[in-house]
Amino acid sequence: MELTRDEESALKGEQGEIMQMAYRILVATGEATDAEKLIPIEWAHLSGVNYNTIGDAGEEFLSSISNDARVTVKTTLNPMGFDIDNVANYGLDENFISKQLSIKNSYEIMGVIPSFSCIPYEIFDIPKNGTQVAFAESNAAIHANSFDNLKTNKESAFSALASAIVGKSPYSSIRKDDTPNIIINMKVKNPNELTYGILGFFAGKVGDTSVNISGLAEMDKRQCKAMCGGMGTSGTCAKFIFGDGDSDCEKIDFDEKEMQNVHDELNTAEKGDLITLGSPQLGLDEISDLTSMLKGRSFQKRCMVFCPRTVKEQAKKIGYITELERAGCEILSDCCTCLTPLINKENVDAVTTNSIKGAFYLKNSNGVDVNLKSLSQIVQDETR
Amino acid sequence: MNKILVAGKVQGIVLKSENPINFLGTVDKKTGIISDNNHNLFGKSIKDVILVFPSGVGSSVGAYTIYSIKSNNSAPLAMICQKADLTVATGCALANIPLITISNEEFNAIKNGMKISLDTSSSNLIQYQ
Repeated sequence: MELTRDEESALKGEQGEIMQMAYRILVATGEATDAEKLIPIEWAHLSGVNYNTIGDAGEEFLSSISNDARVTVKTTLNPMGFDIDNVANYGLDENFISKQLSIKNSYEIMGVIPSFSCIPYEIFDIPKNGTQVAFAESNAAIHANSFDNLKTNKESAFSALASAIVGKSPYSSIRKDDTPNIIINMKVKNPNELTYGILGFFAGKVGDTSVNISGLAEMDKRQCKAMCGGMGTSGTCAKFIFGDGDSDCEKIDFDEKEMQNVHDELNTAEKGDLITLGSPQLGLDEISDLTSMLKGRSFQKRCMVFCPRTVKEQAKKIGYITELERAGCEILSDCCTCLTPLINKENVDAVTTNSIKGAFYLKNSNGVDVNLKSLSQIVQDETR
Repeated sequence: MNKILVAGKVQGIVLKSENPINFLGTVDKKTGIISDNNHNLFGKSIKDVILVFPSGVGSSVGAYTIYSIKSNNSAPLAMICQKADLTVATGCALANIPLITISNEEFNAIKNGMKISLDTSSSNLIQYQ
């Protein structure tokens, strides 16, 4: 990698230990991903917030660097393990709560905006086309590259944090004009959000850094999100490009059979003990849709709904939250289905969800079975 | 291919693994001992050796494990891999452990128990002693 004189000086430690460590991370990441230089970024989004995922080692690391480290660009943050407003209802142990609060505190000291959301693209203004950012959350990185006209690597928690501190990120292949070598033909008729989630999961498995997708009609926000969530879960792929691609592209069909294969891999139960909605977290439009679907109906079992705090506050003003709570929903902000410590296999055998990302992590990290179905099916089967 | 991911200069004894290493869950953070009984280095300590292995695998949180091992003074002096992966790269960067990748031929030439020195500022990255 080519470094400027100033960057070399920081790497040698002439600008302090934190800058030296941050540059070490960027250079190691850049070398590993064949970047030739570092480029300025305007926004970093960090993962590595939930105590469930980063553990004691992560908590100690963040606590020790927070004395000196400060972010130098706009920096937003992924969900943590719980919603402080209702954590008392979920039987988490004291150790989890205090370690999680320490992590929250460390990020705030460093100057990070405590957004606790995996959908920064829905709750913050999107910068102008082509802006370089550094997003660690996989669904957000894919959304930024594919739908928001931004450019980002699929950053790790560490390269995003280093990018936030330095204000630069490695200039790797996905930031350049990327030509996918695979084209996926969408053959499934009448897709719903579950179909798009599965398509994303399938594309993430077969794609390398980016894929072409053809045969898609106009998608709504929910479908875009579902695709990004699914894709981020299954592989390293960081971008969709819509179109037919070059003629020498490898062509792969996504048909009913492929869809069934992914469904069978993730769907392991006939029904769930409880329902979760939101992985990625729900935005205001989805909360509004859900409120309309639940008009005059109530869930017959627990239904946990995850959304960002800002969305919950807006939804409360409009009256959606009262409606959803009447229908039996528990509304949680600051956390997400994905990697939640609030669902425990000691108490829960299976969870019903429409999220591919949620299904993957509930199964692999929480160790519970998953009943996968679309939102309209969930409302039909589980409400009266 | 030769790449310098984290710079540094050390000398020590090679501990070589034919298996990739998943730092999250395979290595004891306090002692640096490989605790996975399916791993070919099971029971061996990676403390103060030059750890030579194909690449890292598994969760990126493994980078924090590398940092912890270093904080507990149980880390390798350096790591040498065939292939760069982001978990080991960022873990070594966090912990300031020198890390390079080398060609397959050179990887095959390095044997367990060899004494070598590694200097990333020299044109000869590895010197055999």
